[in-house]
Amino acid sequence: MAAAVRGTEELELLERLLGLPGGNKYGVQGERKVPVLQTNNGPGLMGLMTIAAHLVRQARKEQLLGSSAEEKAVVQQWLEYRVTRVNGGSSKEDTRTILKDLNMHLEDKVYLAGNIFTLADILMYYGLHHIMVDLTVQEKEKYLNVSRWFNHIQHYPGVRQHLSNVVFIKNRLYTNAH
Amino acid sequence: MLLRVPPGAPAALKVLAAAGAAPAPVRPHLGDPAEGPELELDSGTVLFSANAICQYFYLCRGEEPTDLTTQWLEWEATELQPAVVAALYLRLVQGRAGPDALGLLQHLLAHLEQHLARSGTAHLAGDAVSVADVVVWGSLFPVLQDDTSLPSELQVLRSWFRAMSLWEPCRDAAALLPEAPRELRAHLARRPPPLPTPQGARGGVPAGRGRLAGAGAARRSPGSPQDEEGPERAPSDADVAAAVEMWARGPAALPPPRQPRAPVLPVEGERNVLITSALPYVNNVPHLGNIIGCVLSADTFARYCRLRNWNTLFVCGTDEYGTATETRALEEGLSPQQLCDRYHALHADIYTWFRISFDHFGRTTTPQQTRIAQDIFQRLLARGFLLQDTLEQLRCESCGRYLADRFVEGTCPFCAYAEARGDQCDRCGKLINAVELKDPRCKVCRGTPTVTPTQHLFLDLPKLEGRLEAWLERTWAAGDWTANARHITRTWLRDGLKPRCITRDLTWGTPVPLDGFRDKVFYVWFDAPIGYLSITADYTEHWERWWKNPQQVELYNFMAKDNVPFHSVVFPCSLLGADDNYTLVNHLIATEYLNYEDGKFSKSRGVGVFGDMAKDTGIPADVWRFYLLYLRPEGQDSAFSWADLLLKNNSELLNNLGNFINRAGMFVCKFFGGVVPAMALTPEDQRLLARVTLEVRQYHQLMEKVRIRDALRCVLSISRHGNQYIQVNEPWKRIKGDERDRQRAGTVTGVAVNVAAALGALLQPFVPGVSAAIQAQLRIPPERCGLGPGLTCTLPAGHRVGTVSPLFQKLEPEQVEALRQRFGGGQVSGAQAKQPPPASAPPPAPTAAAAPGDPKLIQELTEQVAKQGTLVRQLKAAQVEKAQVDAQVAKLLELKQQLALAEGRSPEVPKGKRKK
Repeated sequence: MAAAVRGTEELELLERLLGLPGGNKYGVQGERKVPVLQTNNGPGLMGLMTIAAHLVRQARKEQLLGSSAEEKAVVQQWLEYRVTRVNGGSSKEDTRTILKDLNMHLEDKVYLAGNIFTLADILMYYGLHHIMVDLTVQEKEKYLNVSRWFNHIQHYPGVRQHLSNVVFIKNRLYTNAH
Repeated sequence: MLLRVPPGAPAALKVLAAAGAAPAPVRPHLGDPAEGPELELDSGTVLFSANAICQYFYLCRGEEPTDLTTQWLEWEATELQPAVVAALYLRLVQGRAGPDALGLLQHLLAHLEQHLARSGTAHLAGDAVSVADVVVWGSLFPVLQDDTSLPSELQVLRSWFRAMSLWEPCRDAAALLPEAPRELRAHLARRPPPLPTPQGARGGVPAGRGRLAGAGAARRSPGSPQDEEGPERAPSDADVAAAVEMWARGPAALPPPRQPRAPVLPVEGERNVLITSALPYVNNVPHLGNIIGCVLSADTFARYCRLRNWNTLFVCGTDEYGTATETRALEEGLSPQQLCDRYHALHADIYTWFRISFDHFGRTTTPQQTRIAQDIFQRLLARGFLLQDTLEQLRCESCGRYLADRFVEGTCPFCAYAEARGDQCDRCGKLINAVELKDPRCKVCRGTPTVTPTQHLFLDLPKLEGRLEAWLERTWAAGDWTANARHITRTWLRDGLKPRCITRDLTWGTPVPLDGFRDKVFYVWFDAPIGYLSITADYTEHWERWWKNPQQVELYNFMAKDNVPFHSVVFPCSLLGADDNYTLVNHLIATEYLNYEDGKFSKSRGVGVFGDMAKDTGIPADVWRFYLLYLRPEGQDSAFSWADLLLKNNSELLNNLGNFINRAGMFVCKFFGGVVPAMALTPEDQRLLARVTLEVRQYHQLMEKVRIRDALRCVLSISRHGNQYIQVNEPWKRIKGDERDRQRAGTVTGVAVNVAAALGALLQPFVPGVSAAIQAQLRIPPERCGLGPGLTCTLPAGHRVGTVSPLFQKLEPEQVEALRQRFGGGQVSGAQAKQPPPASAPPPAPTAAAAPGDPKLIQELTEQVAKQGTLVRQLKAAQVEKAQVDAQVAKLLELKQQLALAEGRSPEVPKGKRKK
């Protein structure tokens, strides 16, 4: 199984994507290896979602957190889903549930928050990468909406960086499968 | 906008509170049987995360999320919520007492307390109530209900929680869900049980399974033992009547005091209990895990059996034969016997200090051992259960002996490492068969050993398998074997039994009494369990009345789980094969492992508390006993933690148990001149009697099943009931009132001091010293110190108590922190961290700001690096404390970085610095 992108690594990817100069110091805390951003003043920030939102604000790209109250809440919701459910060590059964959830949600949407690309898409992409790499062609077809979305995000400028490109086949092979 | 809130969902409260705080209040639809709250917006979007819903309401108020609010929401979702769900499940579905459930939250509560105390404001983020406060409060309310359930040392958190509970939107939300606990219970019971979150574990469950996620994934843990018990039930009328009757019987309800007999021997018609605890290996000092795993658990049970007046014999001793002893003796320049003498005394001292009540603590190097082991061997031989076969072994001709694995070194056949050990390679970690080593060397004389075929004897386990299975079937049907013991045994049987070698080419062991094998000894696994018999024989010449008497004797074996196969398969096979009417184990009680802080106990790394050091901590033996039994790894591994030890001492022993017993006694002394006052029981008192009696009954049931840790919880519940009873009835106020009030104060005091007396007996198996202190302070005569089936009036009106003084002492955080540092341990976890995450060394003075390439600066820094490097090497060589070395290393790295910058190189970031 492919290794999950680690929290701190993920934040460095995000920094580069946001065009931040880098230089932030990260650590991890506790058994779950929660990322911690060390700051000069105060105790630092803890948690993937918290630090990611902080970086977005630092880069003055607030639109990535949503514009209206509704969008903001939706982004928040998927970020929370990302940190509570898609956490790297999921079992096969959990993975299946996640893919099913997302597939259902993305049925009528381009991005997780509807029609705008947000931080939720970015972190969900990093969080799912190790899962998607291992999917069979048949599974990718089964979670068609997730595949479409994932393929779209991995080609979004600056997102993928050094992560491997996950290949999706355009024509369906298993039309009778479900 | 449509808000649907299932009243049973743990997340309901915060959503309702946030909705109440929204500018245009939303009327919730209660009672939807959904998984969790959801908010349908006018656009058709559905929010299914409770925190996102709360955030949405606050966004509508114009309050944008900040780093801090986001951080709290994330913390709540990933850390607090899973723990709360687990705690609620424990309490509402499995019916465990409140403090148990709270234990799961303790590090999180400490985190909140610390944050609030440090920030100096009354709110979690900013100067006013924010979404963070609402979300955290909503999560905590179902477990805490009111601030008094918070430990009193969490002062700031308490007042924050109280203020939040009084804040209008929160108060209204709580009022909207009056039936919350009942609904919550139903809600939780429908869902899969949360994964166990052991104390301090920061893992946990994604409790926020959104409704999208896995709805109806109803898997229940099959047959988890708590399931049978159900929640704490209120006493029925019948319970009350029975308790009142029991109370009235007075001391007559107690068993007569035990007449100690020496030696203890089985008596026909009585219950005869034989208890063994796994024999500790002589040359290891036992650590806390060893102590709770066998001797302390066995001791607690033995004490309980004696209190029940069962005829009880508890034996143990040191296991002294074998290669390890021989090697160690060689290292220390002693004979094996001298070494054993020394360590046996050390073991005995440790157990005496822990108040382990062995009837006999013997050893395996005795004539009885030789006699009994050889007899069993002869019987096995005569019955055809021994096989002979050839083994290839390394023999050193110059030393004139066969070499045990650990006496050989050589080149690893896998990775060519030149100093591989005979059993394992330290470099590649692979297990090695000693004869496969290349260029083997004798560790003693450095000579070259040769591979020599040698004859050995094997116990024919396959031939005994049928008898073993028949016996297991019978004993399992009637006995109490822990689940892990059954499981491990089954696995062994499933994999099929193979003949096992019972002889070794050593001198330090029981000699094999057979021609052709006279230079060999028995392998320890065959020999050591026979120690139970020989140690009993050392205690009494009538040992056979215990060990060849399965009709009258019930045998309990206590051990950690790694020892199970030897007691459930191998040793029973020896005894079944020897066929001499041996007493075989009826109840096999195996514990899981106790870890130390975040890792394992390790003598070589100096991590953990070992038996001989416990004394030096200044913490009394009974506090150690209490905490180890409280943590007893029943059912799953548990972890010793200093912070938790402090918390349990201060909350359970001091504030709960000690406080109750001390107050009960003090009231008698202060208000009634030391004489127990007359009691006129009201229905309220009778309910208390019934509650206590129910707990006592539960205690007996659990103790009989050797669920020691759960039984201890019952004892603590009793004093908790007692504290509440005193608190509600306020005898210290009533004593100043009119005649009726004073009489009431008398009744309450009298009942309370009788509950305290009962606790004295109930505690005896766990903390014998404390129990004796209670009985002495209350001057309970010996014939009334017995353990009855329920609460009875043992101290009638007119009984004069002695001088009452506190039973426990508070542990201070500094004291415990010092101990933690002394004994090593993992990183400071979130709960205990006094400081923010380890900040790197303070930024260097801005000398490095000079333009790259400044030769003077480069030279200066080069010198500094060299100097610092020397210092670090010196410190390391002097084996100075690790923290000190680390600090200097950090400084060195900092200097190197500066140097690199000055030279215009990009500084290398030290990789892998943060090792665990």
